[in-house]
Amino acid sequence: MNEWFAKVVSDFSGAFIEGDRWKLYFQGLGKTLQIAAGAVVLGIIIGIVIAIIKVSANQHSNSGKCPVFLKILEKICDIYLTVIRGTPVMVQLLIIYAGIFVTMTDGTIAAIVGFGINSGAYVAEIIRAGIQSIDKGQTEAGRSLGLTSGQTMRLIILPQAIRNILPALFNEFITLLKETSVAGYVAVQDILKMATNIQNKVYNIAPLMITAVFYLVLVIIMTQVQKQIERRLAQSDRR
Amino acid sequence: MKKKFALALAAIMMTGTLAACGSTNTNDNAGSTADNTTSGTSAVEAIKEKGEIVMLTNAAFPPFEYLADDGSVQGVDADIAQAVADKLGVELKIVDMDFDSIVNSLKAGKGDFAAAGMTITEERLKQVDFSDEYVTSSQMVVVRADSDLEGDKDALDTALSGKNIAVQAGTTGDWYAGGDETTGSTIEKANVLQYKSATEAALHLANGKADAIIIDQKPAEAIVAANDGKLKVLDTKLTDEQYAFAVQKNQEDLLAVINEVVAEYKGDKVDELITKHMGA
Repeated sequence: MNEWFAKVVSDFSGAFIEGDRWKLYFQGLGKTLQIAAGAVVLGIIIGIVIAIIKVSANQHSNSGKCPVFLKILEKICDIYLTVIRGTPVMVQLLIIYAGIFVTMTDGTIAAIVGFGINSGAYVAEIIRAGIQSIDKGQTEAGRSLGLTSGQTMRLIILPQAIRNILPALFNEFITLLKETSVAGYVAVQDILKMATNIQNKVYNIAPLMITAVFYLVLVIIMTQVQKQIERRLAQSDRR
Repeated sequence: MKKKFALALAAIMMTGTLAACGSTNTNDNAGSTADNTTSGTSAVEAIKEKGEIVMLTNAAFPPFEYLADDGSVQGVDADIAQAVADKLGVELKIVDMDFDSIVNSLKAGKGDFAAAGMTITEERLKQVDFSDEYVTSSQMVVVRADSDLEGDKDALDTALSGKNIAVQAGTTGDWYAGGDETTGSTIEKANVLQYKSATEAALHLANGKADAIIIDQKPAEAIVAANDGKLKVLDTKLTDEQYAFAVQKNQEDLLAVINEVVAEYKGDKVDELITKHMGA
């Protein structure tokens, strides 16, 4: 038992402390966070745009008169959702890296765009579901009070929808953060890539364990943030 | 209440993972001591009992190993490994994996030996044993055909400093590009692009992402040949190194069998195999 403990300690100190290797983890962590944050922002923007297009196309066709351009936009969004949700993120990433950012050396941009586009598809569906979860009566009430459809959406529907979609949205962000671990395939030195490099020096699984802890801590922090926001939003809740 | 539960859960998971990592280590120790006491006849006997010998490789390193059109792993290493299997009278099973996880997998017992155009290095020798060498090789620089990069090793090291260098992750070329002193490199602050395979590195050199590739001689020649004049390999040899098969520590009997085969192949027969697979 003692021998085992000593081995674990030496494995971990070899993988973390020796030769200032911990710096490499934090360097990789920086890359991971950069990609994840960039992709989250891009994903939210894409998601909101698509969700609004789909919802308004839906509303218009329900009322029987849907402008042609809106129909075309909706079709494009449908194709986007089908393709992105129908193919693995890693395949998308490799295609974007080798096919779109052909001469760009730094894979970070390709990773942000790749993960952002991927995440956007899921965020769009989450937001759409959130908007549609709000009772039709709310829209009708807003419209009866003389608000335009845009005002109704902005002032009445979205604030209520955001509260509903928050858990699903954070779920998506957590998944996205963890998915960025495949960025190593496009020569990005994210935290997992750094760990593999260290593993090639120490030849044990300690670097992977350390990486797992890094991810776990990040996800716990994100969960706490989510709880804080939910608490704030629930302050005016009467349910 | 929930917080406490989460903390407890995290604690359980942590101890779980630690225990898991510890137990593999203890198993390793137990395994090697057992091998010592039985004076090392166990490895070959175990293989014969199983009826198959498992070779670990990364099949993206032509001509030493590559995926043939039928999906099987072919190459110089595969041919020599087949001879080892024939000598033992067992089936050869080839497992294709990322190069940078081969040594670890071998150490963990996922295969009986590794044949992956692997250079004997001090760091690897701490983890596994190597057979006698069967090929001498060098790290070479591959560039686009229109590049005017040239010079001796020191001139190239200086010229490559600060450049974008594509490599196969976990290979000698990777360490050389990163300025690792044990490889004799004097490259400083290069931006090392680590790809999973030599072929990916070639793709991204050809399309301009990288300025150069540092990779072993034969794969360098093979990827240049496969890229129809778009790439060229420079004449300068950056290193001198030896390829060998790797086996787990304390398996002298298996090592002896492999060494017999290697002795048989070394020289002309290996050259023949290289020529044969270079064209494939």
